[in-house]
Amino acid sequence: MGRITLDKVTKSFGDTNVIPPLDLTINDGEFVVFVGPSGCGKSTLLRLIAGLEDVSSGQIRIDGEDATNLAPAKRKLAMVFQSYALYPHMSVRKNIAFPMKMAGVDEAEQKKRIEAAAKALNLTDYLDRRPGQLSGGQRQRVAIGRAIVREPSAFLFDEPLSNLDAALRVNMRLEISELHNQLKTTMIYVTHDQVEAMTMADKIVVLRAGHIEQVGSPLELYREPRNKFVAGFIGSPKMNFIEGSVAAQHGAHTIGIRPEHITASETAGLWQGVVGVAEHLGSDTFLHVHNTGLTDTITVRVNGEFGLRHGDTVYLNPEMDKLHKFDAQGLRIA
Amino acid sequence: MATQHSRSAARLMLAPAVILLLGWMLVPLIMTLYFSFKNYLPLRGGDLGWAGFENYTRFVTSSSFWPSVATTLIIVGGVLFITVILGIFLAILLNQPMWGQGIVRILVIAPFFVMPTVSALVWKNMFMDPNYGLLAYLWEFFGATPVEWLSKASMPSIITIVSWQWLPFATLILLTAIQSLDSEQLEAAEMDGASATKRFAYITLPHLGRAITVVILIQTIFLLSIFAEIFVTTGGAFGTKTLSYLIFQRVLESQNVGLGSAGGVYAIILANIVAVFLMRIVGKNLDA
Repeated sequence: MGRITLDKVTKSFGDTNVIPPLDLTINDGEFVVFVGPSGCGKSTLLRLIAGLEDVSSGQIRIDGEDATNLAPAKRKLAMVFQSYALYPHMSVRKNIAFPMKMAGVDEAEQKKRIEAAAKALNLTDYLDRRPGQLSGGQRQRVAIGRAIVREPSAFLFDEPLSNLDAALRVNMRLEISELHNQLKTTMIYVTHDQVEAMTMADKIVVLRAGHIEQVGSPLELYREPRNKFVAGFIGSPKMNFIEGSVAAQHGAHTIGIRPEHITASETAGLWQGVVGVAEHLGSDTFLHVHNTGLTDTITVRVNGEFGLRHGDTVYLNPEMDKLHKFDAQGLRIA
Repeated sequence: MATQHSRSAARLMLAPAVILLLGWMLVPLIMTLYFSFKNYLPLRGGDLGWAGFENYTRFVTSSSFWPSVATTLIIVGGVLFITVILGIFLAILLNQPMWGQGIVRILVIAPFFVMPTVSALVWKNMFMDPNYGLLAYLWEFFGATPVEWLSKASMPSIITIVSWQWLPFATLILLTAIQSLDSEQLEAAEMDGASATKRFAYITLPHLGRAITVVILIQTIFLLSIFAEIFVTTGGAFGTKTLSYLIFQRVLESQNVGLGSAGGVYAIILANIVAVFLMRIVGKNLDA
């Protein structure tokens, strides 16, 4: 079981209010991702759930029981830290065994769980090494192994992939998703990377300055962002925002259109502009189009290769049914 | 990496420092060795010719030799024990966030800046004097007879004085080591269910291993040749005669340079034996 409820939780450091009253329910078995720009309070929120910080007011319930003032160890949660926080003087085996040793699990059971975790995480050959002798990805897996063997009711991940290189990050993303499918345990994952949020989450919580901007499945957030902030944060490359008369034609203060919902043409289209930088990814090309008279730059995603060069004129056709409309406060107009 | 040219240039530029250091260390060493084979009594006839190994046998067979080695080792061991234990405790205390941290840290470091002679005199006259020392007042306040510290409890007294001097050094090194401990490791251990004492035993203490090694090695080097504290307090009486003090007595009080030099060579041997043992026991902490 791992149902976590936050009820009007607040946190302030001195006079600085980091988390205003916040309500959130995380259901058993869910993969929840807290995402937001740095300094939005997502790590603080995770540490409040872990018990590493005390809440200033409000209540945290784990499986229906009040855990607000419970010591971290008693909450049956396991955490994977950004720096992995492995114990450098212990072997991998001892690192993984540490939480069981503290809990007084008997030796035979310890051995069994270590073997199982090592097998699942491809660490069997490295059990007698020290963390210092492992690569970043291996260290990450040891940290996960240390969390698994406790058989916690929920896993907490604090930006676990931010210290890995890009290729490894993609791998570890898959491995963590796979792990979630196997264990079916609640996982709370903090990241500033919206790609990680989109690819891994059952439910995304978008945070800004401690406030929850929107909660929903990745596709809900992509299709129906509640406001301009979520619209700009979810999706890569970023959504284009256009204000002024064009927006007014659609009865909005601002309209938003995603780069993948604009088609580019060499001959004819609704909008006209000049090609700036073109980023060739092979599968796609991102065009940065200037001088459209709408906004500084419009980003367009074109499938495959595209013939135009820097300085050429390009015509753009937005898919009108995929348009997002926002009012002056930045809220979505249905 | 370096080219042939830059390597020879580097050697050339290092040469003055290396030659100076070599001369600085080799000249006294060779002179000690030279005098240790001489019958040299400055006030009783001067250089009386070669003595062979006579100085060496006389020095070891003297009844004060083995007690002085024992005294040296007891002082070194006692001071190391006290400074390391208290140093860890103080370092943890000073690492806690508190008001006036900067001033408290400076105060803790202060004893290290007091010269050994001065601090020993302060302890001797202001604290340990049986008539008007602070400790005497304290004992009298509770109705007890003041202890004659430096004569009746001479070794504990000297160990206390020297520990007081070296505690700041140990604290300082251990404090910087504690500050370099990743707080996420402690948090991880906390989440793993380790109590405060277990976090100390399993995380903090192993992390301090290297710093403790450094403290032990450096302090041993300096403590083996401890002199001023003994000179101004007991003058080597009441069983506080260390090896270096014995050498001092042989050379200056008995005016026997040859005998004292032989003692100096023994002191070098003792220091090396201690060093080998230390490196065996704690030196492995330094690599990896």
